[in-house]
Amino acid sequence: MATATDTRLLGKSIKRREDPRFITGRGSYTDDLKLPGMTYAAFVRSPHAHAKIGKIDLTQAKAHPGVVAIFTGKDLTGVNSLPCGWLLPELKVPPHPPLAVDTARYVGDPVAVVIAETQDAALDAAEKVKVDWNVRPAVTATAKAAEKGASQIHEVAPANVAFKWQIGDAAAVDAAFKTAAVTVKKHIVNQRLVANAMEPRACVARFDAATGDLTLWVTSQNPHVHRLLMTAFVLGIPEHKVRVIAPDVGGGFGSKIFLYNEETVCSWATRQIKRPIRWTSTRREAFQTDAHGRDHVTDAELALSRDGKILGLRVKTIANLGAYLSTFAPAVPTYLYGTLLNGVYEMGAIHCDVTGVFTNTTPVDAYRGAGRPEAAYLVERMIEVAAVALKMDVAEIRKKNFIPKFEHGYQTKVALTYDSGNYAAAFDKLLGMLDYRKIREEQAAARKQGKLIGVGFSTYIEACSIAPSKVVGSLGAQAGLYESGIVRVHPTGKITVFTGSHSHGQGHETTFSQLVADELGVPMEDVEIVHGDTGAIAFGMGTYGSRSASVGGTAIHMSIHKIKEKGKKIAAHLLEASPGDMEYVNGQFQVKGFPGKAVPFGQVALTAYVPHNYPEGLEPGLEETSFYDPSNFCFPFGAHACVVEVDRDTGHVKLLRYVAVDDVGNVINPMIVDGMVHGGIAQGVGQALWEGAVYEDDGQLVTGTMMDYALPKADMLPMYETERTVTPTPVNPLGIKGAGETGTIAATPAVVNAVVDALRPLGVDHIETMPLTPERVWKTIKAAKAGR
Amino acid sequence: MYPAAFEYHAPASVADALKLLGKLDDAKILAGGHSLIPMMKLRLAQPKHLIDLRKVAGLTGIKEDKGMIAIGAMTTHWEVESSKVLKSKCPVVSETAAMIGDPAVRNKGTIGGSLAHGDPAADMPATVIALGAEFVCQGKKKRTVKVDDWFKGIMETALGEDELLVEIRVPALAKGTGAAYLKFPHPASRFAVVGVAAVVTLDKEGKCTKAGVGVTGAGTHAVRAKGVEAALSGKKLDAAAIEAAAAKAADGVDVQADLQGSEEYKAHLCRVFAKRAIEAAVKRAHA
Repeated sequence: MATATDTRLLGKSIKRREDPRFITGRGSYTDDLKLPGMTYAAFVRSPHAHAKIGKIDLTQAKAHPGVVAIFTGKDLTGVNSLPCGWLLPELKVPPHPPLAVDTARYVGDPVAVVIAETQDAALDAAEKVKVDWNVRPAVTATAKAAEKGASQIHEVAPANVAFKWQIGDAAAVDAAFKTAAVTVKKHIVNQRLVANAMEPRACVARFDAATGDLTLWVTSQNPHVHRLLMTAFVLGIPEHKVRVIAPDVGGGFGSKIFLYNEETVCSWATRQIKRPIRWTSTRREAFQTDAHGRDHVTDAELALSRDGKILGLRVKTIANLGAYLSTFAPAVPTYLYGTLLNGVYEMGAIHCDVTGVFTNTTPVDAYRGAGRPEAAYLVERMIEVAAVALKMDVAEIRKKNFIPKFEHGYQTKVALTYDSGNYAAAFDKLLGMLDYRKIREEQAAARKQGKLIGVGFSTYIEACSIAPSKVVGSLGAQAGLYESGIVRVHPTGKITVFTGSHSHGQGHETTFSQLVADELGVPMEDVEIVHGDTGAIAFGMGTYGSRSASVGGTAIHMSIHKIKEKGKKIAAHLLEASPGDMEYVNGQFQVKGFPGKAVPFGQVALTAYVPHNYPEGLEPGLEETSFYDPSNFCFPFGAHACVVEVDRDTGHVKLLRYVAVDDVGNVINPMIVDGMVHGGIAQGVGQALWEGAVYEDDGQLVTGTMMDYALPKADMLPMYETERTVTPTPVNPLGIKGAGETGTIAATPAVVNAVVDALRPLGVDHIETMPLTPERVWKTIKAAKAGR
Repeated sequence: MYPAAFEYHAPASVADALKLLGKLDDAKILAGGHSLIPMMKLRLAQPKHLIDLRKVAGLTGIKEDKGMIAIGAMTTHWEVESSKVLKSKCPVVSETAAMIGDPAVRNKGTIGGSLAHGDPAADMPATVIALGAEFVCQGKKKRTVKVDDWFKGIMETALGEDELLVEIRVPALAKGTGAAYLKFPHPASRFAVVGVAAVVTLDKEGKCTKAGVGVTGAGTHAVRAKGVEAALSGKKLDAAAIEAAAAKAADGVDVQADLQGSEEYKAHLCRVFAKRAIEAAVKRAHA
């Protein structure tokens, strides 16, 4: 184990300290929890995508052995609608009852909960609940939701339109298109995805009738947000009498940010039956009810000069929000999407128009990347379409348009100010790793033999370290997006850190202890990280949007700074020196330049708690709290490339190489960042080639099991070749940009661009819809041949 | 997900299993469980009784028997995959087994369970059709069913309600014979979107004296591609002959469109994989 006495810990690939318990099956997940008197919940869900709820007959179900209680929507008196936490101007916010009362609006919409002594009794009894369904026509297709004659889903939202939103300068874009030498236009379908965290959602709700305290264990990425939304907005119970614990959580990818029906219902019901209730989602329920991602249908147009400079980008998107507004749904296809359309390029003008629509499908919300993958996909697809139209090399057109290197701010055409960037450098590094010239030669030779080899790029940017509270507040967020970090030094010099970030796979217990150990010069083993418990942590906004290291880490860094400042006063007192002459070096407080005149960290800690010989007026104790609210987003970027071979007989795409250069600013633990990049690439490739939630017209989810929904598997992916460039952000003192979503954002366009490039000799310059299933590719080949 | 309640039986002999099968109402045979249990967990199947053949004596093992290889119905895919007898006498059966599911599935799932279940996208049906296998069924009497009479429809086989499939018999490959099974796997389930097995016997001049071709995945059940076999028979199997024969691979297949492919695409895949499987089989026959 490396210690900080000899060398810095930052930048070292230290093995994850949480992994031994995870890989030996000793993690402690919500479903592992056993409480005396536990009961089990099963939800009765709508089998129809759109149906009026008639009489609900509970006679048989109630008679089932072991049933404790059954509640329907009508029983939930005093329970409010599940809230929407991000409001847009004129957003239509329809009621979202935790149990549907009059109408079910998607397959899986819960209408009743059965609580029983055992899980199987609950499931068996749930099957005996008889509901008179009056089935209504459903609408599921994104592009059809707002069409005339489409079934009306919510009274408050005529034509199923939730919002119309725009950003950019329409007049400037119109002008750019008038003067452009070349324009290209494409229809782009960014399909719906299912998050599929390894651990399904689960909760245990326990009401203690003696104290009036409610404890909720829940698979949450942000337990404080869960508590706030549930207590203040839905259940109307006092926040300080509720404790929310998110223990070990097995993945989220965004889907565990949101306040869902099930934990709300269980939290209400435990107060009625005065016994703890556990609910664990089945995988089938997860497919039907975990918030889905993406689902955009877009028309995009790019205007360019003859020499390939981007003059204008015009985007019209319909975003499918599903049946209800999930917690942060309105933000995803607007402020997390339209604001990223500038990409890494200088653009003359941009205008983006988004219509959010309701459909009879599972609600859609943030899924790894959330809006930014949709933007990057569009920009990176369109620039390659433009290159084809201009007969330019796809690397050349990028180089021609890159925003030049900058260190302190670049104002985009769509509201954001990028922090720092050196886009050409990352791309040049990628081209070197790829041996770009050679690969084009090999491609040309392979084409002569009739092989379809393609090379695709993605030079992406994203916004993370979410986010400056003032900015997001002005954009409709109903919450701040700072983070808290408490550093508690114990009398023995051991340290407990309380962070508002939440690890559900990210490795915070390692990364944060590495940060603290590095900054304080103490062994990592002396640092404990506590997260995921509203009873222990002051407040926290949680983990999503690649914010933990940059926002949560900075809050911890600030508290460490305060600890050092206080420690200097204590040490100066002990050394009879002036605090202003003190410095903190190698785990000791010393008089500047005099390592021999020093007090070790542990002695200062002990003195703080046994303050017999102590500075006048200084409070005892050594614990500091910080809330860090970033001044801007951070903007990681990078360049990815994919090489594919397409089987012209079957349309099957084989990945030959995947090369990535990411710039996430400074890195605490390279191995953990690599891991996140690797996983992200797999998910991005998954969207490009395999994944897709498919609904029948009647609203049944036909890709609703692991046998139907194709997640990436190890044998479907090549060995990745990954590198980094480092452009620290000036936004936070750690220089960290964020790394959690880069792979997902970058990979999808790189793969699709590679497939399209493979089909170039056939005259193909675009494939409208992902995933690029073999049949879709085969039909593209066939149509291209027929068109010749 | 929890299945609905059921009663579990684990008889020790074929006779006892048959007795239970005759006596119990709404009983299903459990022979590995990699199709039945998932359906029960989704509550798409809710049998009242499960009769597990795991403990029945004499249903496992692979042995040579008068030019045939007899495979006990409860032999796992893994045992089939790794069988020395099969690898030397009829390797295509081992190769096919190796392409089923993943190691967990192959360690539990059985050849008899799969063939009695008759999943339209299972791998082994194509191979046993191409080989001309026989199915030994035990009811009140023992009877042998030829593979051409076995697959009847979606998850429908010739196995009687009061019968157990006890043995599958495949021929040892004759001299000059090559065989191959190739498939286009479903990206999620790894079942065959289309799978084609080809068995060809060549004489000294390289002419095809015998051909067997089975197609799985595309239709309601695996079928023999009779048109392909006829087109191969008596021909010298050069590229043109193979191509022409493979072009008939979807004839007689009741192609079912689904998310993995339209009728047109799946029929096309039948032809592509027939060509590839025949090419591979011919190459081996020459070797």
